[in-house]
Amino acid sequence: MGTHETTETTTQSSEEVDWETRLRYFLNSDFVRSSPFWGIPLFIMGVAVYGGMGFNIAISLTDARGLTPPDYSNLDLEMYGQVLGNEAFLTAAQNNLVLLVVFTTICLFLGLFLAILLDQGIRYNNTVQTIYLLPMSLSFVITAQMWLWMFNTNNGLLNIIVTTLGFEPVQWIGNPSIALGSVIFALIWQFSGYTMVVYLAGLRSLPDDQFEAARVDGASTIKTYLRIIVPQMKEASVSAAVVLMVFALKAFTFLYSLTGRYRPPNGTDILATLMVREAFKFGKWAYAASIATYLLILALGVIAPYLYYQYRQGSL
Amino acid sequence: MSQSTPDSTFDVASLVEDVSLKRIGQYVLVIVFIGFFLSPLQTGLMTAFKTNEAVARSIPLAPPSATGFTLGNLEFALEQLSGAFFNSLFMAIPATIGSVLFGSMAAYGLTMVRWRGQMAVLILFLVGIFLPYQAVLVPLARFWNNIFPLASMLAPTFGSLPVVQSYHANLVPLMITHIAYGIPICTILFRSYYQSLPSSLVEAAKIDGASISKIYRRVILPISKPMFGVVFIYQFTQIYNEFLFAFTLITGSDTPEAVVTLILPAVGASTSGVDFGIRMSASFLAAIPTLLIYVAFAEQFAKGLQTEGGA
Repeated sequence: MGTHETTETTTQSSEEVDWETRLRYFLNSDFVRSSPFWGIPLFIMGVAVYGGMGFNIAISLTDARGLTPPDYSNLDLEMYGQVLGNEAFLTAAQNNLVLLVVFTTICLFLGLFLAILLDQGIRYNNTVQTIYLLPMSLSFVITAQMWLWMFNTNNGLLNIIVTTLGFEPVQWIGNPSIALGSVIFALIWQFSGYTMVVYLAGLRSLPDDQFEAARVDGASTIKTYLRIIVPQMKEASVSAAVVLMVFALKAFTFLYSLTGRYRPPNGTDILATLMVREAFKFGKWAYAASIATYLLILALGVIAPYLYYQYRQGSL
Repeated sequence: MSQSTPDSTFDVASLVEDVSLKRIGQYVLVIVFIGFFLSPLQTGLMTAFKTNEAVARSIPLAPPSATGFTLGNLEFALEQLSGAFFNSLFMAIPATIGSVLFGSMAAYGLTMVRWRGQMAVLILFLVGIFLPYQAVLVPLARFWNNIFPLASMLAPTFGSLPVVQSYHANLVPLMITHIAYGIPICTILFRSYYQSLPSSLVEAAKIDGASISKIYRRVILPISKPMFGVVFIYQFTQIYNEFLFAFTLITGSDTPEAVVTLILPAVGASTSGVDFGIRMSASFLAAIPTLLIYVAFAEQFAKGLQTEGGA
């Protein structure tokens, strides 16, 4: 912030110049000079994400449906009430919660288990890690096709195993009471590699001497992990859980590809699939927009405590 | 790496030590899980090369017999997907470059300067990663169809260009949408990398009198080459694999501009059910770009995920 301005302030001391100097100082500050770097992306992202969200809420307050444009002159919360009174919404919300809790819990435990397993000095552990993480690189559209085939009632691999063991073939997707479980199983297949990688990073950042100290004390491997290592994985668990939960809230693509197009999914309807169906099949734009707002509130309910926790920890 | 030995070291002493019941148990578990993670892929791959009759008769995991082997599925699937491949790459490559570049810029602007309210801006980016896309689908469809019909504005220009057709203009709104929604995650990935750089690096350049944009071009860009690789790989995979925005912004799987993820669920479907031979061929073809990247850069891919989880 050159010498030019400072000489100016000392020679002239009227208030107006002082103001001008401050402006110049401001324009020369890191804040303004760095603003093109963060400002442009912030603007693009802000309009698309937050502007889009505001627009969504505006539409949800109208009665827009079909091809007619939304009429913003008569805004009310009517759609929100209608949504809450609909049984399809309540079922979808319930499925969402089941998916959220069961999927996240199993993924965390399995991921932690796999991470500990691979941290035992397994040979070729990098190759094994690559194999375990492989499903994560594939599109849900693709993995859903593979699981459709795995779940196939007549020739699917799962039923070949089941019938070989002497049981009746199972309708994995066709039976509404187990369809959600099948979906969760396939999602765990795709995501446990992710939790494993997060935990492995956590395990490998721990200093070795903790293991040594525990070994000197004569603690068994299992005890060492349960008492010393796992408690330190809290932060990795929280961040992985948040990512998984947010995914569970929007597991649309997988469900849509797996349980079919626009027909109501067989016991696997979640808010995301319900919303897309109401919007893009029936053209109930305002109604769908209000379902989306409920989904948004659920997501914020997961993210907000997480961000607050991170902020308090000073790790943002 | 608490107790692990590197993959390469191999000596007899450690091998002898390794032969214990516990060790054997560990390796059995490792192999069981390899089976768990690979069996849907193996099943799919084998089915891709089987005739209809072999699909119905054989065990999905087993390779096709001499009479059950066919390349017909693959040929058919390739024919169905070739246009979509071009569309996906045409959309995903610029979208990836755009979001990665903006992400790097934003991260630079948010790590090297200190000002009041910075945390608020950062939180806007962070929250942006986690928000469900459903919350913007209705506005997005309205915006690109009614308020700002960019696709139909660009169509005549695209029609007169070489290589692309006028219908490829319909991919531009999708491309821009991916750039906008990719910015938050790219920013956070770059931010954690920039935070790990020694502050003396930027300080030294500042003392030398370099401007903020000069520091970015001369110091930060060259040093963040490896991170560009990580974010590019991660982001390309995400955009190429994405379905929901494509589904919202492109009218249907039977349109010429449809991307791979949009077409795939329709390939091999008929009134009598799904032809899994064709479907599995198409699935593997669709997976090739991301599989190649993954096999070549698995470590960078994992790194992207780790940083996201630690965000």
